[in-house]
Amino acid sequence: MQYRHRHLLAIEGLHPPEIRHLLDLAESYVLLNRSGQTQRDLLRGRTLINLFFEDSTRTRTSFELAGKRLGADVINMPVATSSVNKGETLLDTAATLNAMHCDLLAVRHDQSGAPNLLAQKVDAAVINAGDGTHEHPTQALLDALTIRRHKGRLEGLTVAICGDILHSRVARSNIHLLTTMGSRVRVVGPPTLMPAEVARLGVEVFHDMEAGLAETDIVIMLRLQRERMGGQGGRGGLVPSAREYFRFYGLDAEKLAHTRPDSLVMHPGPMNRGVEIDSAVADDPARSVIREQVEMGVAVRMAVLDTLSRVNRPVQ
Amino acid sequence: MTGRASTAPTAARAAAPDTLFTNVRLLDPASGLDQPGGELLVQGGTIADRGAGLGRPDGAEVLDGGGAVLAPGLVDMRAALGEPGFEYRETIESAAVAAAAGGITTLAALPDSIPAIDDPALVHLLRMRGEASGSLTILPYAAVTRRCAGEELAELGLLREAGAVAFTDGAKAIASAWLMRLALSYARGFGAWIAQHPEEPTLAAGGAATEGELATRLGLPGIPAAAEAIMVARDIRLARLTGGAVHFAHVSTAEAVALIREAKDAGLAVTCDTAPPYFDLNEIAIGEFRTYAKLSPPLRKEEDRLAVLAALADGTIDAIASDHQPRDADDKRLPFAQAAPGGAGLATLLAVTLAHVHGDELPLARAIELLTIGPARLLGGGAGSLAKGAPADLCMFDLERIWGVEAGNLPGKAQNTPFDGRALEGRVLGTWKAGRRVFG
Repeated sequence: MQYRHRHLLAIEGLHPPEIRHLLDLAESYVLLNRSGQTQRDLLRGRTLINLFFEDSTRTRTSFELAGKRLGADVINMPVATSSVNKGETLLDTAATLNAMHCDLLAVRHDQSGAPNLLAQKVDAAVINAGDGTHEHPTQALLDALTIRRHKGRLEGLTVAICGDILHSRVARSNIHLLTTMGSRVRVVGPPTLMPAEVARLGVEVFHDMEAGLAETDIVIMLRLQRERMGGQGGRGGLVPSAREYFRFYGLDAEKLAHTRPDSLVMHPGPMNRGVEIDSAVADDPARSVIREQVEMGVAVRMAVLDTLSRVNRPVQ
Repeated sequence: MTGRASTAPTAARAAAPDTLFTNVRLLDPASGLDQPGGELLVQGGTIADRGAGLGRPDGAEVLDGGGAVLAPGLVDMRAALGEPGFEYRETIESAAVAAAAGGITTLAALPDSIPAIDDPALVHLLRMRGEASGSLTILPYAAVTRRCAGEELAELGLLREAGAVAFTDGAKAIASAWLMRLALSYARGFGAWIAQHPEEPTLAAGGAATEGELATRLGLPGIPAAAEAIMVARDIRLARLTGGAVHFAHVSTAEAVALIREAKDAGLAVTCDTAPPYFDLNEIAIGEFRTYAKLSPPLRKEEDRLAVLAALADGTIDAIASDHQPRDADDKRLPFAQAAPGGAGLATLLAVTLAHVHGDELPLARAIELLTIGPARLLGGGAGSLAKGAPADLCMFDLERIWGVEAGNLPGKAQNTPFDGRALEGRVLGTWKAGRRVFG
């Protein structure tokens, strides 16, 4: 057994053999899913609860499908976040879940660290399905699996993660995973969308898209949320407009031409076409693996559910 | 990515004659040249050669300078044009006339017009209007914030690409520290700097003169000199935080220049300019409520004036700009506190600066550096030198000729000079734009 943690809360801190184990297992689930075999009885009698404090149709559906394909009982619990007493609500929820004897808990929350707090209080194995601007470990795993299936490796690849690094949990998880596995990672975006001292995470920082994309094997585009543009309310207005963003940081054929000829384009979805990515690139079957990422998502989540249920399963 | 429209003026008027300037004192601070009895050859609108004994090519006119100084055309890094929006004060055409009379061949125009220069099309328009004048290259600043309203960032990347040389909200300070941080950080991605009007707006609101004894005697609402230092100190820290480049316009106080000197010594990307009123006049020029001496920032105390002069000499200040702000009579014929601030400055830029050369406070070469290559280094675009191959933008002046400034008889439309009645020594004799004589 390669994976020795009770939960999957973050990529940061995982060792290469643990990541490799999850990817190898996911690989086998890809083949199984494609063969048409489903509903194995591996998780029969076990309960997976999808506890989503933030809307996310695609991640929730992916976890749901993964759980069902392994034979688990899957419950979706959408929880409306109230603006007050979030901490109290979270702990109340933990007590409720314990009473239900939940085995696996996939948590999505808009506050960084919320899954860590839950993990301290619940008996179930907690899977971080995205917390605030902290981490989104299963997304990084599915991205890595997609890359590995196309390139045969992660070591030595040059990967550019482009756009709103500041607010992206996907970027953080990908940075940790890819640098751990020996890829060279660049982050590309305007200075206003760069977190402070991001270079300390082991990445190279670029503000010029063409320079940042030069000779890269993989381009991961991030979603730019509308509220980051224009206006001064709160911490908004980090870029002046969608048209300016697209001109300088949107991925189109011209900018893609600076990457290696066999580079791949990825996006965690949902895409803002014409803001961070041009449709001609997003839909280019020769370069875009965006749809394949979704398929890999189910396999990766099956591997995570399988692995965590083994870690926590009493020795038989 | 930061590819920009060409800053070189098109040689629209093809018939620039070839000219051999003889018997001139060649002064080119960019290369350290100061050569009495020099010659300079202009061919095809560019500087073909310089030195002595060049010989006259066939067809070239010979112009005997009679010992006058021949320097690069002046580069004015801060001037408001009346256009668009305030054509009753000044048009680009009339500003170009005043600029040519002042020896200015390149001018950076402020964006707080109506509409504000916050759209790429307006940047193109200003550049084209400059070219159409035939005598003045206009380098547009673009707005930092939309409408210069201080609320949200303008499209700095697209504006830069359209040919904006830098960003500023003109006479308005960028008040919000959050927005200034954002602007410095975002502009850094495009290699551009932000020019700040360094005045803390809540301390300056409603003020008409520098706070102190004089304002008290005149009963005018005051603006503390510290309003400038507070903004300068804040923005130096934001420049350090973001790695961005900040430029302070028309610095006027001892405290501010000391802060800037310290920041430069620390290696930060901090630059600044000042304008002639701040090293030639002090608050006494207000006299009995002379509204032509109402400026923004207001005229300061004598010790501040002396500190600005010292900072010009020691390199703390990078450029002298006209800080031209055209006003018409109705803007100024008002009770002092209600009158519009700002002074006309194009025609007097050189001569007021030369007054301090004659006063032995600035060496001539340093003074001309502050008016040519100093600002040109900040603005880019290759103006401000007598280098071979450079466009023949030239200013010829008589260092000693005496004249008097008289509001009402200045070239151009704007007459609101704070130097009204001042006798000056040093006068522009001729101005050339790309080899064509546009004044004198």
